Amino acid sequence: MSEKKAMRLELLSLTKAYPGCIANDAVSLQVAPGEIHALLGENGAGKSTLMKMIYGVVKPDAGQMTWNDREVNITGPAHARQLGMGMVFQHFSLFETLTVTENIALYLTPAEYGTLNLLRTRIIAVGDEYSLAINPDRLVHSLSVGEQQRVEIIRCLLQDIQLLILDEPTAVLTPPEVAQLIEVLKKLAHKGCSILFISHKLHEVNALCDKATILRGGKVTGTCIPSETSPAEMARLMLGDELELQDTMPAGSAGECLLALDKIEVKPRDAFAIHLQDIQLQLHAGEILGLAGVAGNGQDELVDLINGELGSDSGSLIFHGKNIGNTGVQERRNMGLGVVPADRIGRGALGNMSLTENNLLTSYINQSGKFGWLNWPAIKARATDIIATYKVKATGADASAKSLSGGNLQKFIIGREILQNPNVLVCFHPTWGVDVGAANLIHQELIKLRDKGAAILVISEDLDELYLLADRLGALCGGRLSPLAPKAQVPLAQLGQWMTGNFGSIATETAAMEVAHAH
Amino acid sequence: MDISLIENILFAMVRTGTPLLLVALGAMMSERSGVLNLGQEGMILVGAACGFIAAYAGGSLGWGVLAAVVAGVVVSLIFAFIALTLISNQVATGLALTIFGTGLSAFLGAAYVGQTVTGFAPIAIPFLSDIPLIGQALFAQDLLVYLSFILFAAVFVVMRYTRLGLIIRAVGENPEVAHALGYKVMVVRYCAVMFGGAMAGLAGAYLSLAYTPMWSEGIAAGRGWIALALVVFASWRTERILFGAWLFGFASILHLLLQGYGYEISPNLLAMLPYVVTIIVLVMMMYRQKNQGLFAPRSLGQPYHPLK
Amino acid sequence: MRIEKRLQDSQLMVYLSPLLALLLTLISGALLFALLGRPPLGSLYTFFIAPISDLYGLSELAVKVTPLLLCAIGLTLCFKAKIWNIGAEGQFVFGALIGGAVTLQLAESEGVWVLPAIIASGALAGLAWAAIAALLLTRFNANEILTTIMLNYIAVNLLLWAVHGPLKDPDGLNFPESALFASQTLLPVLFEDYRVSIAIFIALFMLVVIWVVLTRTLLGFQLRVMGENHNAARFAGFKSKTLIWLLLCFSGAMAGVAAISETNGPVGQLIPTLSLGYGYAAIIVVFMGRMHPLGILLASCLLGLTYLGGEMAQIDQGLPKSITGLFQGMLLFYLLACDLLISYRVVPNSRIAKPAASAQ
Repeated sequence: MSEKKAMRLELLSLTKAYPGCIANDAVSLQVAPGEIHALLGENGAGKSTLMKMIYGVVKPDAGQMTWNDREVNITGPAHARQLGMGMVFQHFSLFETLTVTENIALYLTPAEYGTLNLLRTRIIAVGDEYSLAINPDRLVHSLSVGEQQRVEIIRCLLQDIQLLILDEPTAVLTPPEVAQLIEVLKKLAHKGCSILFISHKLHEVNALCDKATILRGGKVTGTCIPSETSPAEMARLMLGDELELQDTMPAGSAGECLLALDKIEVKPRDAFAIHLQDIQLQLHAGEILGLAGVAGNGQDELVDLINGELGSDSGSLIFHGKNIGNTGVQERRNMGLGVVPADRIGRGALGNMSLTENNLLTSYINQSGKFGWLNWPAIKARATDIIATYKVKATGADASAKSLSGGNLQKFIIGREILQNPNVLVCFHPTWGVDVGAANLIHQELIKLRDKGAAILVISEDLDELYLLADRLGALCGGRLSPLAPKAQVPLAQLGQWMTGNFGSIATETAAMEVAHAH
Repeated sequence: MDISLIENILFAMVRTGTPLLLVALGAMMSERSGVLNLGQEGMILVGAACGFIAAYAGGSLGWGVLAAVVAGVVVSLIFAFIALTLISNQVATGLALTIFGTGLSAFLGAAYVGQTVTGFAPIAIPFLSDIPLIGQALFAQDLLVYLSFILFAAVFVVMRYTRLGLIIRAVGENPEVAHALGYKVMVVRYCAVMFGGAMAGLAGAYLSLAYTPMWSEGIAAGRGWIALALVVFASWRTERILFGAWLFGFASILHLLLQGYGYEISPNLLAMLPYVVTIIVLVMMMYRQKNQGLFAPRSLGQPYHPLK
Repeated sequence: MRIEKRLQDSQLMVYLSPLLALLLTLISGALLFALLGRPPLGSLYTFFIAPISDLYGLSELAVKVTPLLLCAIGLTLCFKAKIWNIGAEGQFVFGALIGGAVTLQLAESEGVWVLPAIIASGALAGLAWAAIAALLLTRFNANEILTTIMLNYIAVNLLLWAVHGPLKDPDGLNFPESALFASQTLLPVLFEDYRVSIAIFIALFMLVVIWVVLTRTLLGFQLRVMGENHNAARFAGFKSKTLIWLLLCFSGAMAGVAAISETNGPVGQLIPTLSLGYGYAAIIVVFMGRMHPLGILLASCLLGLTYLGGEMAQIDQGLPKSITGLFQGMLLFYLLACDLLISYRVVPNSRIAKPAASAQ
């Protein structure tokens, strides 16, 4: 009988159910010491819930966990930490109005760090050791997203760490930062620390991980060694057989310029805002422009500016030949502008309101009568239309928005805008957190809209999505816009460089090679 | 200007500012942990009524103060249970506490209107109280005023220099993250609210047992609301609360200054001064805060349900 | 026991919660009476049933409902948009003050225009008082809860100053009251010997108006969206500053009309204790009534009853009138507590099952 290899972490048939769905169904997983293990799955597969159970934030309904071959019952995050687990969250668990040192002090126990001054020194030392330099006295809200992630990693390294769990860590990083993170993780694994790498990006998992466990619909569909498994096989395990994903879309053909931003400058309105400077942008009919960029580089301000919530301090905004600098949101909608905001709940839709009412949120432009009289049957009919056309899984037009899954709500919101026949559509993170089936449908609908002659601006952190949809590409960094060029002329390395703020061009010999690898 | 007039004014200013200081410290703690308790007025009144009744019936001021503090904590627990455990709308719950506290205190105190007790007398600290200008104001006050100084210092130290203060600020800024890191958000918030209740009760005791040793329904006169404005004015910083409390105290006793100069203005018009000053100060601070980024604790007033 | 979020808000609990709160209040009230050595059920009867057991009692209820409903109508729109106007009290008092001043001026005047002018002056005064808060909120971002409450205290002091000074009745034996209002400046009563006036019709009419606005107009939708999420309202292009002005001014005007219904009705003059806390009770009405026109009508009747009950308890049982405030506070507390059940469910803690470890 062969000796059973010692396991750092083992999950045995973990199950967790919420009202309405089973998030994890008898999930089993094994991570060896020093192993970089990927937990692979699309949005909605159940990765977050599993991770929360491992870390003790959520209690499993059934199943067992062992740690270093001993059975454990994780009572909470503090217990998980004590055992030697460290967690880098997808939505950072940091306190923005406190300093880096204070944040890390709250993560550790007083016994572990001694005094704040002592902690400061250790933070700097660890930062140097792993090339993750950070100034411990800065307030977290003043750090970039990449720097905030470094804080999360450093604080894990300051404890006696045996397992580092990272939840979608590369979603918020520029390509150079991703490369750096991979180096840090390899160094850590080499020292004997296990790594659990949660992601939905196949190519990253291939580059980094020793083993992968694949989740779909809450169940484990397979375990494999990425270097020995074909991408097609891994994709099949992740997405299932039924899904026909396209990895290229037909190109658009640019027509007249519908929306132009000319030397736009928007000064920051408060301490957290980004200064938009010298924005030069043109949206053409029948074309999709994709803007890459990590969150916090001016995307919010740009979308608010185009929507009409934010005015520019200089420069002009021309829509259909008219200067709309002074027109409000309603007038712009009347002229044919549609906007899909990043926040589904809270901005794009109201959780407590029905889909009918949420439809009215932007359709009131063409669906309200004289003196604001509302014809609810007509509004409801349009909502029902959207639900049918976009295959939104909902109990009906009277269902509340919050009862829908992320993907379905996003489909509804996009459908709501497209059914109003906009001639310019701005999509901000159109498929963030959306399951792959819904994302696919949304992409197809956007292409259809473009082919009808609309101009579409897609702002996203998902580079795969941008390369799929866009005809032209650019990046936003620090409130400035990079050059905009046709997709074929923007290899990944170029875009990655633009995302870090370096707007020069790279050598063209490598360009051809890179484009092939971009998808 | 007459030195003794200034000394009298400073003395009155510290006295008048004391209940505001106490309530504002308690409200600030509560708000720093993310809980907006608009029921300060109700808690003060309940503290004042219970304190007076206990002192009158029990024959000792000590019982009175104790009863007031306990009463304040008890009513604050009603608020905490409904707002925190039952995750209600904090604005409405605070209003309910004010209405309930007003009614309860009036009901309990109805039999005691017009009665008096011998209140707290000033105790002058030798040597220190002889310092010109500020000696009387700071060192010739009654016990409860000295207690308020000590409490102020304690809150200042806790919020600025201790881990507890760090935890409170963290819970107030982002309870989800605090929970994910293993901190007991509910416990911290309950304690902060109860501290607020104790302080409001103590302020009530001050009003009915020291400031004007008697009970009447209007004894709080909006001080609970002014204290809430005071917290905003102080940008939730402890050191500024002392300054603010004395500023509002000064506004309340402005008539002394005017009388000192021989002006006679209708007492009703003068009574409006603290409220007008509050509005002006509130406007200035919130306008500034809008442009500079909010200083309020991020999760202030938001209902919070720990997801398990 | 633990609290679990529901998938969808329970519509049943939305209507059941106020009834549950009322029941809990009654039970608490009975306990309170028992503690005070009074017969529990008998005292409840004195408080809740006796006051409306005859026709005169019902008309007195209508007299109390009128100002409550008028204030609540304005506040419903504000609260639905999450504009926390706690200043109905001050808007009421200021409306009474200006309306009273105008009434005294018109003491000798005759004509069909006199009453409308008085009502309009009260409404405009209440509107103006609320407009101050609107200005401070839209222009300076000053929190409306605190500003409106400060304005309440200022208004009350203004009234006190007025009845002690410029508006004091010269023939009034130096009491801080104004002269009694001339009979043609009083709102006509509906029936002889009963105090309920035509103001109740104004209230009911306005109730229908806001019902229509809330359910059938874009304005109603806009203010509901604003109440749900400011960001969504801005994103949709709803002009929040305009809405704030509109809603505050409207509720101020309603409070002003409510004031006229009192001063030019049952009270008949300006006195220091004009408002029995109607502005604050109206807030409870809005919550008990689920911010729904029909609901606030019923809730006004309930809250009006607590006033009558308090008076009756004082006469009959010798209990302090402040028992009214106690009941009102309890009602709101219980309502907020029961509201938990709308969005959440209380379930017993589930067992965590541990299956046999499977060899992998």
